[in-house]
Amino acid sequence: MSHSLLMFLAFILVTLGITFWASRRSSGSSAYFAAGRQIKGWQNGVAVAGDYMSAASFLGIAGLIAFFGYDGFMYSVGWLVAYLTVLLVVAEPLRNAGKYTMADVLAYRLKARPVRAMAALSTLTVSTFYMIAQMVGAGTLVALLLKDSGIKFPVAVIGVGILMIIYVVFGGMLATTWVQIIKAILLMGGTFLLSILVMAHFGFSFHAFFDAVAHVSVPDGKGGMVVKDFLTPGLRYKPPYGALDLISLGVALIFGTAGLPHILVRFYTVPDAKTARHSVVWAMVLIGSFYIMTTFLGFGAATIVGQDFIKKNGGTNMSAPLLARALAGDTFFAFISAIAFATILAVVAGLTISASTSFAHDFWTNVIHRGVERAPGEEVKVARIAAFVVGFIAMGIAIMLGPTANVAFLVALAFAVAASANLPVIVLSLYWRRFNTTGAVMGLAVGLLASIGLILVSPSIMGIDAATVVGAARHPIQAKPWFPLENPALLSVPLGFLGAILGTLLSKEPESETKFDELMVRSNTGLGAEKATAAH
Amino acid sequence: MPDAVKSGTQWNKIAASQQFKDLMATKKMFIVPAFIFFVVYYFALPILVGYAPNFMSTKVGVVNIAYLFALSQFFVAWIIAGLYVKAANNFDRLSNDIIAKAGDGQGER
Repeated sequence: MSHSLLMFLAFILVTLGITFWASRRSSGSSAYFAAGRQIKGWQNGVAVAGDYMSAASFLGIAGLIAFFGYDGFMYSVGWLVAYLTVLLVVAEPLRNAGKYTMADVLAYRLKARPVRAMAALSTLTVSTFYMIAQMVGAGTLVALLLKDSGIKFPVAVIGVGILMIIYVVFGGMLATTWVQIIKAILLMGGTFLLSILVMAHFGFSFHAFFDAVAHVSVPDGKGGMVVKDFLTPGLRYKPPYGALDLISLGVALIFGTAGLPHILVRFYTVPDAKTARHSVVWAMVLIGSFYIMTTFLGFGAATIVGQDFIKKNGGTNMSAPLLARALAGDTFFAFISAIAFATILAVVAGLTISASTSFAHDFWTNVIHRGVERAPGEEVKVARIAAFVVGFIAMGIAIMLGPTANVAFLVALAFAVAASANLPVIVLSLYWRRFNTTGAVMGLAVGLLASIGLILVSPSIMGIDAATVVGAARHPIQAKPWFPLENPALLSVPLGFLGAILGTLLSKEPESETKFDELMVRSNTGLGAEKATAAH
Repeated sequence: MPDAVKSGTQWNKIAASQQFKDLMATKKMFIVPAFIFFVVYYFALPILVGYAPNFMSTKVGVVNIAYLFALSQFFVAWIIAGLYVKAANNFDRLSNDIIAKAGDGQGER
């Protein structure tokens, strides 16, 4: 049995043990959906980091820096800075005024049924897109990392899918939280070790390190090599649209992170708003340190492993694991691979629980049954079934798309929808007295449609390929893209806000204005906020 | 819900109180400038890199302005977060007063 497989199994055993432990603790809605609101500030901070740093961060950004140098690093900046929006604008009001989902906050002053239905739709869209991207990535990665054990793409996807369903269905939010905490600690530890090894390679001299980064030999595409300065901007984002694309990505991150349902639900797991605030700060320390360390991973892979070798051994995403092997051999390679695996599992578990919570709490209980749970425990039961269904749909689509599918745009889409549909209505509902139901429904609908529509006519989907490009790598629509940017946020976020504002101004709803006082007092003071429940 | 008895007018009364207005003003005084500052500082990075690449490539020691500016974003984000936590202790004090006056009795701990 290979080292990698052994370490994968060790992680699976530990997390299943936690799931078993979590499943035996007191049940009930608050325990299942919000871990009884008993998670400590630092624990939730670590879990937020574990929920957020996906394989796209660990493997993707290391690869981007290894291949595009500075541009890859700049890409990673926004992932941390985005947390200031979470900290300053949404985390505390959400914890103060909500119960399980972001729609709780909207439903205080707006008409519950239409708003919850739209919010659930948007939540499910974001979570499913994000999950499919992670599943395809997971399948490709596990198949690649466990190549020696003969595990193929569909088996890998099914394995990841079944594990995430087990965590969520049996262990609920408590098990999901601990899977995320363990993953975050492993990820930070592995990244730190790898960074130290890179610096050791350069005799702990930043001078030697950056000197090597300024002189990286890369294939020139004609069989020879050419030396490039990897600290110079512009290796990836080129004119005419490079700069705009980066700004658009920035908009998606700054406004989208604070609208990601799987991040928002984490703030319901702590006792109060003050703890939610501290958990954001913990998360920022971890996430920031991680992204700074990606410099060592990415530049290390570029200088020590080399692009040529990475391309021939699995491609950009393998930069970090290959760097581990080059520096410390097969066992360390297996360790880093197991971390990548843990990373994916923790993220998909977080996505599954937020999607199923939104379906059960927003759609089932509040839209279909008008806010009444017909039997005790029904909401949790529905959520468990929803987790099964969501998990199987994501597995099915991932297997259908196959390992070569270009899924990066799905992550961009998830952030764009979160930024253009979710964030405008959350912010306007918390801070604008005049805001009303029509505005919320219009904002959610316009934001959702604008992001999806613009992605469909963007270079991710439309493009003219040479005849030699075949299969899933071909653009689905063979025509010149109508919209030049890969990320639609620059246009779709203003459209989302515009939809919400116009919808509000075109209608009257005095009740929403009267009830604004209640939401404002609740969200700003914590008066009457949901208390921690499950006894320890 | 423990406060189900609180009627609409009571919420309106709290919202209209001077204490609550002070809380909102204190929050606004920190949050609005902090938000504007970080958004401007953050978007300066892609804008400068995209539209002034030569300036950004200017060498500073072993690195360049572009790298240092990107790195500074992390520290600026951490500093703003730290300042916010400090300012928020003040918000907590003000909102605890409001909760105590509202007689909720089991507000923030």
